[in-house]
Amino acid sequence: MRFKFLSVLAAVALLAACETAPESSGSTQSSGAASTTSSSSGSSTSAVQIQGGTQEDLVVNVGDRVFFAFDSSELSAEARASLEKQAAWMKKFGGVRVVVEGHCDERGTREYNLALGERRANAAKDYLVALGINPARVKTISYGKERPAALGHNETAWAQNRRAVTVVDNTGS
Amino acid sequence: MFVLSMMRNAIPVLLAVLMMAGAARAELRVDITQGKAEPLPIAVTDFFGNGGEEQRIGRDMAGVIAADLQRSGLFKPIDKRAFIQTDGALSTLPRFGDWRIINAQALVQGRTELVPDGRLRVEFRLWDVFAEQQMVGLAYFTVPDNWRRVAHIIADAIYKRITGEDGYFDTRIVYIAESGPERRRVKRLAIMDQDGANHRFLTDGSELVLTPRFSPTLQEITYLSYRGNTPRVYIFNIDSGRQELLGDFPGMTFAPRFSPDGQKVIMSMAQNGATNVYEMDLRTRQSRQLTRSGAIDTSPSYAPDASQIVFNSDRGGSQQLYVMDSDGSDVHRISFGKGRYATPVWSPRGDLIAFTKISRGKFYIGVMRPDGSGERLLAEDYLVEAPTWSPNGRVLMFFRQSKNGENVTEPRLYSIDLTGYNEREIVTPVGASDPAWSPLIP
Repeated sequence: MRFKFLSVLAAVALLAACETAPESSGSTQSSGAASTTSSSSGSSTSAVQIQGGTQEDLVVNVGDRVFFAFDSSELSAEARASLEKQAAWMKKFGGVRVVVEGHCDERGTREYNLALGERRANAAKDYLVALGINPARVKTISYGKERPAALGHNETAWAQNRRAVTVVDNTGS
Repeated sequence: MFVLSMMRNAIPVLLAVLMMAGAARAELRVDITQGKAEPLPIAVTDFFGNGGEEQRIGRDMAGVIAADLQRSGLFKPIDKRAFIQTDGALSTLPRFGDWRIINAQALVQGRTELVPDGRLRVEFRLWDVFAEQQMVGLAYFTVPDNWRRVAHIIADAIYKRITGEDGYFDTRIVYIAESGPERRRVKRLAIMDQDGANHRFLTDGSELVLTPRFSPTLQEITYLSYRGNTPRVYIFNIDSGRQELLGDFPGMTFAPRFSPDGQKVIMSMAQNGATNVYEMDLRTRQSRQLTRSGAIDTSPSYAPDASQIVFNSDRGGSQQLYVMDSDGSDVHRISFGKGRYATPVWSPRGDLIAFTKISRGKFYIGVMRPDGSGERLLAEDYLVEAPTWSPNGRVLMFFRQSKNGENVTEPRLYSIDLTGYNEREIVTPVGASDPAWSPLIP
């Protein structure tokens, strides 16, 4: 009886772990702005000090990603506002370099999506540069449809996957 | 008499005509352009051997040959249990009456022998049961481990003798083996025989790899790798396992394909938001830009005579197919149907272009003539993508994912005849995408 109760507890813990698993690609953490599954860890993380100029700082306090319409690399007003916050943050932390990852939903072909992801990453980079960020601080990479953030197979998920994600570049160079 | 060079074990296979076939008669023939022809009943008997090992090889070869012919959809191998004549006399001259009774129209028999120098000698004959005539008879020498390949070569010889077209059984498939969670999919280059045998992984999954394609010699595969987090086109040497970065491009290179003579690779490079088609000469290592539209120009594929290139571009607003001369001139659009068109691949016969089409939320595999006329859709699903041609231009392979409620199935490989019939799964040990069919093994 007691044993059974414990295994149920373990199952609940596993489930919770799944719900809060990072959903972004690369080494990034999940973005609060993008995620509809609000993390239950909110109250616990508030006690932790976030170091400025880190990926965590970008995700929590700035927003690391912008979204695109289907088969488009055009920046919406919302995307521009988000990139303006990113640019201000990059100016504040002048030593930070970033990689902008371009991503697509699964409703295109693989090679075309690689190109479209590059176009999206590049659109975000161009705007950062237009806002005064040194282009040498911003690299781009496209993952096409290879690294979805949201797992569903519906418009809600696709909308979250058509994105450009800014990731602090810790690789040096 | 001629010599086939082996791809990996350099033991030559000798091929000799045993007996002159009678005057060229065309009584037993399958027309493979017919959509739903009745498959030809054929009896494939266990190849006769004296020793236990010879018998085992003979039985396994018959199994491989029968399975090849059956999968083609053009033949119906008869259940062995129905055979009346099973004695050794079969290996000299069949009793045709015994085969007519079970309605076998064609009969395959053979013999295996381990010769004193350690090699395996295989001979086979294909008989027209009703005409009581030999249609083809050949012998091969090989290393015993190579029996499976010889079985495919024999199946190709049977296919060719009866259909008049080259076969495609002595071929391989390179593809992307997929496993792991969707957000962090592990993708490995994998290679197997056309029937799924001799499967092996070529990369360990530590780097994301996509879109492999064979060189015409089958010695090399060109593909996209994210090695060092930098997506670029590489060439993988199958013998040495060596992976070589192709060229020194400032932007992402992807969507590579070899030219028909294997001397060039065409691919796309994306930079500053534009994707153009480039050609690289593998001897001089010089690259040349072929398109400069400022749009997305990708998935280029040469015509078999290398005079033209088909690719997809969104230069007109949506993804469509375009053909240009191989120097980049005379670009013209060929797809005008409803929807978006992608991944064009020119048939080895030159007569058709296969493509992926996306329309009203569904994906399709289809073909059209190089002038854009005669569009036919062969397969559809939640996702079907990446058609690749059998070397005789009669069969297409692609990958498929179906939607099952809110879930989508693992990607799997399928083949379908150009006629739209005979769709079959090519069974792989894990999820599979981006197939590429090799030419006939030289």
